[in-house]
Amino acid sequence: MTAAAEGSAPLAASPPRRKSLLQSESVQGLALITPTFLYALVLLLLPILVVIAHSFWTQHYLTIDRTFTLENYRIALTEPIYRDLLWRSLTISLVTSLTTVVLAYPIAYYISFHGGRHKGLWLFLITIPFWTSYLLRVMSWKVILGYNGVLNSGLMGLGIIDEPITALLYNSSSVVITLVHAWAAFAILPIFVSLEKVDRTLIEAAKDLGDGPLRSFLRVTLPLSAPGVVSALLIVMIPTVGDYVTPKLVGGKDGMMIANAIQAQFGKASNWPLGAALSVTTMIVVTLMAGAAVFIIRRAARLAR
Amino acid sequence: MPEHRGRPRRPMIEIRSVTRSYGAFKALDEANLSIDEGEFFSLLGPSGCGKTTLLRMIAGFDTPTTGSIAVDGQPMDGIPANRRPTNMVFQSYAIFPHLNVEQNVAYGLKRLKLERGEEKRRVEEALAQVSLTGLGKRGATELSGGQRQRVALARALVMRPKVLLLDEPLSALDKKLREQMQVELRRLQQAVGITFVLVTHDQYEALGMSDRIAVMFGGRIAQVASPKEIYQWPVNRQVADFLGGMNFVNAEIVEEDEASLTLDTLGFGRIKADRPASFERNGANGEKATLGIRPERLRVLWDDETSAFQVAGTVVERHYFGEITHLVVEIPGLEKPLSVTETNDFGADDIPVGATIRLAYDPEALVAMAD
Amino acid sequence: MSTATSSPRQNRRRLLPAGGWLSVYAALYVAFLYVPVLFLPIFSVNTAATPKFPLSGFTWKWYEGLPHTPELLNAAWNSLIVGLSASVLSTVLGILAARAITRYRFPGRRPINGLIMAPLVLPEIIIAISMLLVILQLGLSLSLFTVVLGHVLVCIPYSMTVLTSGFEGFDRSLEEASADLGESAFGTFRRVTLPMVTPAIISSLLVSFTISLDEFIIAFFLTGTEATLPIYIWGQLRFAAKLPGVLALGTLLLVASFILLSVAEVLRRRAARRTQSEGGPYA
Repeated sequence: MTAAAEGSAPLAASPPRRKSLLQSESVQGLALITPTFLYALVLLLLPILVVIAHSFWTQHYLTIDRTFTLENYRIALTEPIYRDLLWRSLTISLVTSLTTVVLAYPIAYYISFHGGRHKGLWLFLITIPFWTSYLLRVMSWKVILGYNGVLNSGLMGLGIIDEPITALLYNSSSVVITLVHAWAAFAILPIFVSLEKVDRTLIEAAKDLGDGPLRSFLRVTLPLSAPGVVSALLIVMIPTVGDYVTPKLVGGKDGMMIANAIQAQFGKASNWPLGAALSVTTMIVVTLMAGAAVFIIRRAARLAR
Repeated sequence: MPEHRGRPRRPMIEIRSVTRSYGAFKALDEANLSIDEGEFFSLLGPSGCGKTTLLRMIAGFDTPTTGSIAVDGQPMDGIPANRRPTNMVFQSYAIFPHLNVEQNVAYGLKRLKLERGEEKRRVEEALAQVSLTGLGKRGATELSGGQRQRVALARALVMRPKVLLLDEPLSALDKKLREQMQVELRRLQQAVGITFVLVTHDQYEALGMSDRIAVMFGGRIAQVASPKEIYQWPVNRQVADFLGGMNFVNAEIVEEDEASLTLDTLGFGRIKADRPASFERNGANGEKATLGIRPERLRVLWDDETSAFQVAGTVVERHYFGEITHLVVEIPGLEKPLSVTETNDFGADDIPVGATIRLAYDPEALVAMAD
Repeated sequence: MSTATSSPRQNRRRLLPAGGWLSVYAALYVAFLYVPVLFLPIFSVNTAATPKFPLSGFTWKWYEGLPHTPELLNAAWNSLIVGLSASVLSTVLGILAARAITRYRFPGRRPINGLIMAPLVLPEIIIAISMLLVILQLGLSLSLFTVVLGHVLVCIPYSMTVLTSGFEGFDRSLEEASADLGESAFGTFRRVTLPMVTPAIISSLLVSFTISLDEFIIAFFLTGTEATLPIYIWGQLRFAAKLPGVLALGTLLLVASFILLSVAEVLRRRAARRTQSEGGPYA
C-alpha cells in the first residue's frame, strides 16, 4: 500500500521563466525608489561634487578660473584665521557631542528600563522641543544668557550678584550650552533604541552569574548599547561642526565657527572656491574626528568585557 | 476509510516536476503530486522543507522555477493569485485590521458585484459555518486568536473556492484550542466537501485531520500516503522518526521477493517482514536494512504469559506519564535499547529499574526500511 | 552566599522607587529641555521691551502689533506656500522610497537609502551652499521655488522615518490575502494598503510642514528677495526694540509646531497600532 512520491510521469518541464520572481522584485523596488533616489542624486550628491570641484578652482572677481590648484586648501589649512576657526569648530562639536551623549545616556536608560507603559509619552516629551524652530531655541538662550537677560536679571533680583556677568554670552561655552540643548533629542533616540534591543535576560544572566547592578551594567548593558552611543555621537558631532545660527547669535567674536567663515565666502567676500575648500576641509576633518571617536568607543566597549 | 475513496478519484491539483530554486538553493526539488477533489491533504515536514513554498505556488504567490501546476485541469502558469480558484488561510490570518468581521468576510465578494441581499446572505452563511453568527460587527482588533482564525476561514470559504489552502492555521493557537479546531476543521471540510490543502509541521495535526499526507524533507517529497500507512509503514528512517518515536534495529537482508523480505537481526533473530512497495536496496550497502517498530507495538509479557515472538531484556529507565509508562529496555545483542510504551492498566508503572522483563511483538508491526 | 545577601539588598531597593535617582535626573533633564523654550511665551506677554526679571506686567500688545506688519504677513504667506509644497513633495517621494525600502529587496538598497537619509547628518550649511552653487551654475534664479527644492531634500529623511515606521509593521500577508480574495493590484492598494497607511502619510505631511516652517539656513541661502518666517525673524533680531514682537511671533510658531506635531504623533501611533495589530494583545 505504501506509495512513494506519486504522480503521473512528469510532463515536459515548462521552459525556465524569463524573469525569476527575485529579479522582478528587484526591478519593482528599484523603479519605486528611483524618483527619490534621483532627487537626492541631483540635489545632494551632484551639488557636493560640484563643491569639491570648486574647491580646486580660483575666483577672479566675477569669473572662475578652472585650472586645478590646491591654493584654497593651503589657505584653509594655514591661514591662522581659518585654522583657528576650524580648530574651534572641531573642539566645540567634540565637547558638545560628548556632553550631549553623556547627559543623554541616563535619560535614555531611564526611559528604556523604567519607562514602563509611558515610554512613548516620554519619547514624545523629549522630542517636542527639538521639533520646534532651531532659530527660536537659539534665540531663547540669547534671552537667557544676555547682558540684561533672564539669568543676570534673575540673579541680580535675588541679590546673588550686583552686576551683570558678561561672561555668560558671546563665547564658546554659550555656544556649547545652546548646542547641547538643541541636540539633546537627537542623542537620546539612538541610545534609547539600542538599549531597547538589549535582551533583558542577558542582564539577569549576568546578575545570576554574580555581577552586581553596577558590574552587570558595565559588562553587559553598556557594551551592548555601544552602537547607539556611537550613532548618537556622530549624529550630533557632524552637523554641529557646521552650525551657523548658534555662533552667530550667541557666539560673539570669540564663539565664531567655521560656518560663519564659509557663509562669508559665499556672501560678502564672494570667493566661492575658498568657501568650497573650507566646506570640504571641514567635512573631511570632522569625518576623521568621528572615525577616531568611533574607534575609541568600540575599543572601550571591547575592553569592558 | 475516507469517503472519497468510494468515488472515482478526480485530481483537483496536479503538481508536475515543480522545482523552485533561489540561486543555487532548491527550496523545492522536482515535486510531483496529485491531490484529489474533496480530499483533505496535508503537507507535513520540518521548517524549511519546502511545504510552504509549494502551498504558496499553488496559491500564486510564488512561481515555480521549472515545472507546472494545474488546478481543476487548468494550468496555472502566469495566472496571478487573484484569478485562481484557490483561497488561503494565512498563518498570521491576515485579518484586515481596518475592517470589521463582516467587512473582512465580504472583502472578496465586493469584486463579484453581487446583489446586496445575496452578498449579505453569503456572509451570514459563512459566519454560521464557522460559528461566528452575531459577531459580524465586531472590530478586527477585538477578536481572540480562535475568532481570528474563524474569520480567516469564513473569508476564504465565502469565495467558494475549489481549493482551500491552509498555511499552519493552528500554530498560533494554544494546545487546547488547537485540538478543538482540528476536529472542527475536519468537520467543516466534510460539510463543504472542497479540497483542503494544509501545511503543518505538527504530525498529530496531519495524522488527525488528513485523508492523505505528503511528508517532505529538504525540498523533496519523501512519502505520500494515508495517515495510517505513513505512521505504520514509513519509507525511511527520517519519515519514521518525524512521525513519532520508533525503535530502529540494524538488519541484514537474507532473502528478498516481491512480497516479503527475510532479515537477520541480532536481537530479534531472523524475521520475515512484508516488503514495502517502495523498498529499494541501498546502492552501496545492498545487504543492510533497518527494521523499525513503534514503542506502543511492544508489549510487556506478565508472569506466565508467552508469545511466539518475544525478546528479553533489562529495564534501564522508567518514565511515568499518567495513563502510560515509558520503559527503556536493554536487549542483549541490540546496539541501542528499545523504547516501550505500555499502558498502566496491568502495573507497568511498578516495574522496577533493573528488572528483567520479556517483550512480545507482532511481526506484522515490524517495518523494513532500506536505510 | 548570594541568598544570604539578597534580602537586605531587596529591602534597600524597596526604599528607593524604581529608577531611584534616575527619575530625579529625568525630571531635571526635561526641565532643562523645556524651561529655555518657555521664556519665549513668558516674555512675549511682558510689558517691558527687554526680556528681564522681574516681570513688569501682562500685555497682549506685542501680539496685537503683528497683523499690522505687512512684511510679516508676506513672510507668513511665503512660509505657508513653501511648507505646503515641501511637505507634499517630500511625502510623495518619501512614500515611494519608504515603500521600496520596506517591501522590496533590490541591489543597492543600503547605499541608496544612505544617500536619501544623508541630509539628516550633514551640516545644513553644506547642503545649502552646495545647492546654491549648482543653482547659480545652472543659471536659475533664487526664489521660493529653490527654497522648496532644498526643504524637500531635508524633509525626505523625516518623512521616510515616519512612513517606514508606518509601513514596516505592515503584514505582507494582508496584501496577499487581498490578492487571494480576487482583488487586483490597484484594488489592493486602494482597499488595504492606503487605508492602513493614511495616518502615517498625514503624519509625514505634518512633520515635513513643521520642519519647513521652522527651517532657516537653507531658506537663508536659497531664497532670493522673498522672506520666509524664520528669515523675517532673523532680520528683526538686529533691532533690539523689535524683540518683543519677535518673541510673540516665535511663541505663535511654537504653538503651531506643537499642535501640528502632537496631531502627527497621535496619527503615527494609530498607524503603527493598526499595521502591527497582528500579534497584538489577543494573538
